[in-house]
Amino acid sequence: MHKTFLIFRHEFIHTIKRVGYIIMTLIMPVLALLIIGAFELVKTFTEPSIEEISTIGFVDEADSFSEYTDQGPVKLIQFDSIEDATQALIGDRISEYIVIPADYISSGAIQRYTLSNEIIPPQVTMHWIKSFLNWNLLGDEVPPEIITSVVSPLSMEITRLEESGDFAQDQGFIGNIIIPGIYSLLLSMALIFGSTSLISGLGEEKESRLLEVLCSSVSVSQLLIGKVLALGSAGLLQVLVWLISAPPLLSLASTSLGGFLSDIQVPANFLALGVLYFILGYLLFAIFSVTLGGISPSTTEAQNLGMFYIMSQFIPLWFVGALINFPNNPVWVVLSIFPLTAPIQIMLRLGISEIPAWQIIASISVLALSILAGAFLSFKTFRLFMLMYGKRPRIADVIRGLRTA
Amino acid sequence: MNFIEAVHLQKSYGELLAVNDLTFSVSPGEILGLIGPNGAGKSTTIKIALDFMKPDSGEVLIFGQRMNESLKDRIGYLPEERGLYKRLTAMELILYLASLKGMKKSEAEERATDLLKQTGMMESKDKQNKEMSKGMAQLIQFIVTIIHDPELIILDEPFAGLDPVRTEIVQGIIGRLRDEGKAIVLSTHQMNKVEELCDRVLMINMGRTVIYGGLAETRAKFKRNSVQVAVDGEIGDIPGVIESRTGKGCIELVLSPDTTPQTILDGLRDRGITVNRFEVTSPSLHEIFLSLAGVEHA
Repeated sequence: MHKTFLIFRHEFIHTIKRVGYIIMTLIMPVLALLIIGAFELVKTFTEPSIEEISTIGFVDEADSFSEYTDQGPVKLIQFDSIEDATQALIGDRISEYIVIPADYISSGAIQRYTLSNEIIPPQVTMHWIKSFLNWNLLGDEVPPEIITSVVSPLSMEITRLEESGDFAQDQGFIGNIIIPGIYSLLLSMALIFGSTSLISGLGEEKESRLLEVLCSSVSVSQLLIGKVLALGSAGLLQVLVWLISAPPLLSLASTSLGGFLSDIQVPANFLALGVLYFILGYLLFAIFSVTLGGISPSTTEAQNLGMFYIMSQFIPLWFVGALINFPNNPVWVVLSIFPLTAPIQIMLRLGISEIPAWQIIASISVLALSILAGAFLSFKTFRLFMLMYGKRPRIADVIRGLRTA
Repeated sequence: MNFIEAVHLQKSYGELLAVNDLTFSVSPGEILGLIGPNGAGKSTTIKIALDFMKPDSGEVLIFGQRMNESLKDRIGYLPEERGLYKRLTAMELILYLASLKGMKKSEAEERATDLLKQTGMMESKDKQNKEMSKGMAQLIQFIVTIIHDPELIILDEPFAGLDPVRTEIVQGIIGRLRDEGKAIVLSTHQMNKVEELCDRVLMINMGRTVIYGGLAETRAKFKRNSVQVAVDGEIGDIPGVIESRTGKGCIELVLSPDTTPQTILDGLRDRGITVNRFEVTSPSLHEIFLSLAGVEHA
């Protein structure tokens, strides 16, 4: 136990001090901050502030739009002609102007003039112009609260009920897949990092014969358990950093980007299952990596072979579109129970629909059993072939070795 | 009690019989030289002894027991091909591997400092292993092998890649360890080192024992009935000499089976020949190795 801890401590410190690990851990939050920052920057250039559009000129050729020029933060100033409005715009007395043609009532079209180079008109400007037009059109006919509703017509709050009629805990909002989706992506990256680190670490030790020195001091199980736990802990630490940084980043993003991000709900059991599936998923991939690292003649070959199972975890992410559209397809149940795809498939489904308890229990049980069986076979295989240099054992050799061991 | 007791070991890789009925032992205060041509089965024997692999038949007892985890702290092993964790410094590597042998940090630091001084490596203790030359890395590995003061030491080609100065240092330490009562298995191709260091020798070829015994006993066994002489003038025909070979500054006289070296010395004196050198020829281990390995390969 003590030697396992010594290996664990050495491998853990060695791993978290690696430049690649530090970059990988920090790159997610930093990247998210950069994206939010970039979005803010773009918005600054494309979306004028309220102060900048506080004065909008208009030319009323329809002769029906002279009132309600005080639209909250925006003031509208009438001009008699397009020439006057243009001069005011050039003279920086207004930020832009609109021309309401004589046939506006029938055509519904207005012209907008601005000095800015825009691809699409800013939403804030459009809102206040629309408000100004609607108030002038309806002001004398209907009560003010109806006009307000016309200007901002719909704010829909959706509530999902259980079959019993009770309020459902999981409201199934599309934004809910954001966190499971991000988590799945991060989990995949952590698994890749963990697997490749294990393979390359063992490969280096095997190629340099350090493995022999280590095995003359500790047992194979102490060595492998120490390594697997250390890299698993480093991976968990990485995911925790990402998860801890996620809420403030999402809050920042929702302030900046607005919309559905502010309505995201994290499923209640998400964190507990997230950690559990991370640990189980990591252990399974670690067992595959240990086996490959131990029996492959070179690190490169082990990493190439590792791609087969490493890529399999991405299968749920490839079909995430189909999962959103057909959340109850039996294929997702199969992928939720199949050990290589279970961690990510279950976490993705958590954000989209409720998962029956039996499926979660079956998924965890199959994963746990695969880990136990895999560990038993992996440690035996490792011990049998760790000293085989220069050539990779054939599957028949492995089976024969396991039978006679 | 022998520290290693190997009895009738046998191991094959498919069709290839790598170790064939090998029996040997190593006692405290003894160095056993394990020699043989490439592919003779030396490394396989060592790996079986360390329980890295199981023999097909036969048994190895270490300190009188079957190999188990509790014995590992009493063994030091230097593999033939060596590598280090590149990013660790020499001291970090030594302390890490010493901790795996059950040493406390303070104790390991003290011993590491002592060994680094003995090997002239003290100035390199904070160097990263990737910055070290092959010889320096080899000395670090040697230190790692003996830092925990093991009772049984298995050294596979400990002198490979070392310059003459470092070879002398390592050889001196190995000799001292033997004097302290350690049991040492020394696998090497350098026959002169076996002759200088080993008490007994186990020569294997194609997995089988070719020679196993004390060094003097082995030499006697393969002794040729000949003498080397250096004289003033011509020797001429001497009764009992069946062949004479001229070498560098001396002549080797091969004697008939019933002739003794004393007979030759007396014959030379009777003829009034001045003898500057007279030596009973003893075959070197290298010659024995070459002759036997040649026979086995033939």
